[in-house]
Formats: sequence, structure tokens, C-alpha cells
Amino acid sequence: MRVARLHKNGSSVKVLKPVDISLMDPLIEKYKGKKGSLIPLLQGTQNLYGYIPREAFQKLASDTGLKISEMYGVATFYAQFRLSPVGKNIIRMCHGTACHVQNVTAVTEDLIDELKIKDGETTEDGLFTLETVACLGCCSLAPVMMIGEETHGKLDGKKAVKIIKDMRRKEVTSKN
Amino acid sequence: MENTKIIVGLGSCGLAAGAGKVYDEFKRIKEADNLVFELKKTSCIGMCYNEPLVEVIDETGSYLYGKVDVKMADEIIDKHLNKFSPIKEFIVSSDQFETKDGTFLNGQVRIALRDCGYIDPESIEEYEARQGYEAIKKILNEKIKDTDVIQIVMDSGLRGRGGAGFSTGMKWKFCNNYKAPNKYIICNADEGDPGAFMDRSLLEGDPHAVLEGMIIGAYAIGATEGIIYCRAEYPLAIKRLNIALDQARKKGYLGENIFGIEGWNFDIRIKEGAGAFVCGEETALMASIEGERGMPRKRPPFPAESGLWKSPSNINNVESFSNIPWIINNGPAAYAQYGTEKSKGTKVFALTGKIKNGGLVEVPMGISIKDIVYKLGGGIIDDKKFKAVQLGGPSGGCIPEYLSDTMIDYDSVVATGAIMGSGGMVVMDETTCMVDIARFFLDFTQKESCGKCTFCRIGTKRMLEILTRITEGEGKVGDIEMLEELASQIRDASLCGLGNSAPNPVLTTIKYFRDEYEAHIRDKKCPALCCKKLLTYTVIPDKCTGCVVCKRACPANAIDGDKKVVHFIHQELCTKCGACYSKCKFEAIQLN
Repeated sequence: MRVARLHKNGSSVKVLKPVDISLMDPLIEKYKGKKGSLIPLLQGTQNLYGYIPREAFQKLASDTGLKISEMYGVATFYAQFRLSPVGKNIIRMCHGTACHVQNVTAVTEDLIDELKIKDGETTEDGLFTLETVACLGCCSLAPVMMIGEETHGKLDGKKAVKIIKDMRRKEVTSKN
Repeated sequence: MENTKIIVGLGSCGLAAGAGKVYDEFKRIKEADNLVFELKKTSCIGMCYNEPLVEVIDETGSYLYGKVDVKMADEIIDKHLNKFSPIKEFIVSSDQFETKDGTFLNGQVRIALRDCGYIDPESIEEYEARQGYEAIKKILNEKIKDTDVIQIVMDSGLRGRGGAGFSTGMKWKFCNNYKAPNKYIICNADEGDPGAFMDRSLLEGDPHAVLEGMIIGAYAIGATEGIIYCRAEYPLAIKRLNIALDQARKKGYLGENIFGIEGWNFDIRIKEGAGAFVCGEETALMASIEGERGMPRKRPPFPAESGLWKSPSNINNVESFSNIPWIINNGPAAYAQYGTEKSKGTKVFALTGKIKNGGLVEVPMGISIKDIVYKLGGGIIDDKKFKAVQLGGPSGGCIPEYLSDTMIDYDSVVATGAIMGSGGMVVMDETTCMVDIARFFLDFTQKESCGKCTFCRIGTKRMLEILTRITEGEGKVGDIEMLEELASQIRDASLCGLGNSAPNPVLTTIKYFRDEYEAHIRDKKCPALCCKKLLTYTVIPDKCTGCVVCKRACPANAIDGDKKVVHFIHQELCTKCGACYSKCKFEAIQLN
């Protein structure tokens, strides 16, 4: 059932940095009092912070009158919403049918080895979050993963690991 | 060269294959060398296996280049444009000569996809140049009544392309019967089936066709507002829909007093879905638009009477809408000439899996599965043995090779135990394990079950546990019977289509591949050599170079061997993780 995702989020709870909730004011202004605005509000909040912080739920509740229980119910129902922060780059591994028959499971396993995180977790350096998704709709390029806006197709374990290594190297050199 | 056009396919799969860089390269050369050819964009023509695709149209004809990269782009400019000599070995389709890939396009009948790959989806002018918005204007000019529009759609025989196959015209008629101050027409673009991307391609390639279909639908049922419920995972489709909506509003096709008719106010907005497969079900989709958890509601009342915000509502699929303008322009008989007695017209399929020519095809109903796989799809990758096709995604089933003469129409497909579905067609070969596929789909439906009905919520979980056990070699006698019993209970005791159809992948694989289940349970063997835990890994002495890579990779220390000495796997220690097999560079690990 869909609530299974909750446990996953719960396991990686860390002490989080406080967020600036005043950023949400224009968003609340736009949707306040409109019917059916709960999901757009949550989507807008996630666009601001990359996830939906606890404080944001509280602010939404006091400013719009929506119930926290309802918001939390919706936020945990839909796959799009996250309750904990994500890494700089989100790796979305496609586990659709076409990718499955082209052995994407092995590719994901290699990435898990390389990144040393499980599905849904973020690397310690905060660079990568690994998420498996149902289908990216690029089935003819299977197996496929998406990092940010960029799609990488016809993967195998080696190719996927190389992409990650290259990104990591770029990240390190740009810091120095 | 001034009459030459270069058109680059910039759909999602084209972009993923690198079409953006190719487009930039053409642009760079054009500007650097001051060339006068016209550089244009289009969307996916469906030939995904040859992406990125570039079409060159000059005075002599049209030439479609496949698998174009930056280097090839330079060559096309140099040879084709400057020296007037098309590079035949790169051309996958042309109107001037026959090509190997020509059959992929020639075997199709393109009605829903009529403009995809031919027009710039971000230009309303190009859509209008190909009969765009003529259907709605024809209805208004000839003063065709709403009920007559519905009759035309009914006569065409168009059935819902989202999967269930209910008559589109009938659906409109029901909704038309209810009078209310607010009525909604909704486009279901929440394409959640893994392995299906027809709707994405259509929205990216021809958004105005969907809008026009919705406007005609709004006219027919008397809708006051239109909503497109689109997956947030399709950013390009949403971007192009927004451009199309703006253009249509500027032209007066959406908004107030549209098409110059006093008092006809109708606009369409996009609602981004938040990722839940169950929202493809119409009542769950409406709950989601209302901002709630997307859980299905009891019917009746049907949405035609009490749907979104308790107002009469009508939901159709993307592909259904895009067929509508064509049907109005060409008449219902022209549409109904294709297909079989009960399934008229054409259907778009996303052909994927172990197929040579994977992509998007639109075929007349009544074509056989075999023709799609071999004539359009070019057969199986590496010419392996064709085993089955999976139709209808997690709600569908697997049709075995020996039934590949089955005609594609709603009723013939249902007779096999699968469903037509929205059009995902995943081809499988001898290396695909059918028990694993059943487990894969159950894993999906189990996660996506909204949790409302007990049998769907808990029953799918129990089925998944049994299937997982079988694929791990822990299957027991009686498991198959237990799966069948659970399947019939889930089917009968679930409220919506997700639960009703969730057992289909299991039931069809048991029906057609029972021996594979038995091999897993009784002999602890996976005939397709796919289920890792049922395999034994051994070293082939002749191929082993003694490189120690597998020994280092083995997490269980089950491999013995020194440098340049043939290695040995201790079966009693082996955990069957497959690490040695994937790490070995010399193919020296054998699977049994």
C-alpha cells in the first residue's frame, strides 16, 4: 500500500536546518481560499525547498485553515511529495516494464554499491539522492535513468557508475 | 538551398538520445556559414529506435536520417545540402527510394498521430495548416447540433482509448442528458502504465489536436470548464500544452465568447498529477483534482451525473480526444472503415521490450500481434525466440507466442485474459521469466493500491509474498492454487479497476506458462535463467584467466583461487548474488 513510503522517510530523519517559511507567502496568497488548492500548495512548497518541511505544514495550517492531518494524508499518498531534504542531484531510476525486462535491477544494484545508499536515501555528501520510479516513458531507450532534467538511456551497470563518477569528479574540481 | 528544410525531432526520447545537441549544431553551422536553409523543430514520429531523427526536405523529396549525432549533422550539411547528394546509408525512410526501415512507417494508419513528427508542436499555424481547428469551425458553420455531434462520434464506433473501451459517444450522451450550471470535461493524461508513452508523445507532438477534441466535447456535452490532468513526470508535455493553451486563447478559441459566439465561455486548465497510478481511475482522478487523496468512489452515481465537485463530468483519454477532430472532418464512415465489427478505427501502441524496432505505432484494429511484432517491429533483438507480449500493463496480461495470430480488438484481447489497456505492448523473449514478470506487476499494483478495499490492499501483498517466495526457490505445492484463489477474491471484492484487474498478470501467466511455475516450485529451476536465487554459478575452466576479480567481488568469500589459477566456486557458501557473473570480463562464469 502507498503508506509504505512513510517508513522509508522515517528512517533517514536527521537534524534539519531551519527554513525561511516567509518564502511561502506569495504562494499562499495565490491559492488561499480557492477550492482544490491543497495539492498545488504542497507542490509549490516542495518547489521552494525541495521537500515539505515540518514548519511549512504548520504555516499552511495557520494561514489557510487546512488541517495538518489532511495535508499529511495527501503528502504521504502521492509519490511526488518528500518529507525530508534531498541531495543536489536526484537520480531517478526507471523501473518500468521495458526497463525491467532489459535488466534495470542489475544497474540499480551497481549504483547502490557505488553510492552506498539504498533506494530513497541521500549520500552523506548530499550530492545524490537515489529514487526508483515507475516509468519515465522513454521505453525504447531502456534501461533509463534521469538525473535532474537529463535522461541517460541504454544503460548498463558500468555506464551508470561512470556517469555518477564523472559527475562527482566535476563537483570536486569545481569546488577546488 | 533556400527551399530546403531541416527538421529535428525534439520529443522526450529524441532529447534523451541527444537531439538537442544535434539541433544546436545545425543552428551553429547555419549561423556561422550564413546558410539559408530553414531549421525547424518537430516532435516524435514514433521511430524511437532510430532517435535522434532529422528530416531533410528539399526540391527532390523528403529524407529521414536516423541516429544522427553532431558529426553526422556536419556531414549532412556538407554532402546533402552543399553537394546535393543524400547520404543513403544514414537514411531510414524516404519518399524517393525504398529503405529497410520504410515498412515501420508504411505499415501504419496514422489518425491520432496524424501530425506527430510533421508539425512544430509549438506553432498553432502549422496545426491549422493541416486542417487544425477546422472540425470545430465546421460544426459551428454548418450549425450541427450537440446531439448530432454525439451521433457522429457514436457512428464512428470510437471506444475509449484509455483501456476500458467504453463507447465515447455513449459517454457523451449520458453527460449531455444532465443539466447543471457547471459541467466539466476532463482529459485523462495521467498515463501511469509502466511501459506506455502514447499519451506523452501525443501531447508533446500535437497538443492542439487534444485541445480541439476537448472543445468539440465541451460543445457536445455543454461543458463549462475543461481540465487536463497530466502527470507531473511529463514536463515537456506540460510546457507544450501551456504554449498551445496561450495560442488558442489569443486566437479566441478558448476563453470568453469563443469562436465569436456570444455567451459561449469555455477555457481549459492543466492540473498536474502528483504521482499515483490509481488516479487513472476516473473517480480517483476527480478526488485528486479536488485536492484529496486519490481514492476511488462508489459508482453510481456515475461521473456523468455527479462527478467533479458533484457536477456532471465527462472524462476521456488523450488519444480519444485527438481522434475526434479527424472523425468530424472526415466523417464517421471514414473512421469506421478501419477495424473489426466491434472495434473500429486505429489504436496507438508503445512497442517496447526485446523488440528490434521499438517505438510508437498506430495500427488499424484487427491487425494481428504477429504482424505488429514482425512487420512493424522487425522481430526480436538478436533473433532470439519470441515468447510473449504483455498488453495492458499492470491491469493486463501476457499473451503467448502461439496465440500471436490473435487480432487486436477489444474483445479478442479480453478473450485471452489480457486487456487492450492504454496501449503498452512489451515484447518478451526466451530470457524473460514469466513468474518474475508476474511478480514485477504485483509488486507495482501492491505499492499503488490506495488501501481502501481490504482485498486489494492485503490480498495483493499476500500474492506478492507467494510470488517472491516462488522466484526465490521457496515455492510450495499448493501455491499456484492459492494464487488463483486470492486472485478471484481480489477481483470480486475490489471497488475499482485497479483491484479488479490486478490479478490479471498472474492469472494469464499461470494459464499459459503453468509449466514455468511448476519448474520453479517443484524442480527449483528457472527455465529462463532469470531468477538469481535458482541459478547455480560455476567457473568455466577454459575461459577463466585467474584474474581474481570475481574472488574480490564475492561478498560471501565463496570463491577460491589465486592469480593465474583457475577459480572455483564453493556451492555451499554461494549466496547466489550474481556479483561474480556481472563482474567477470571473460564470460567465464556459467549459469545453470
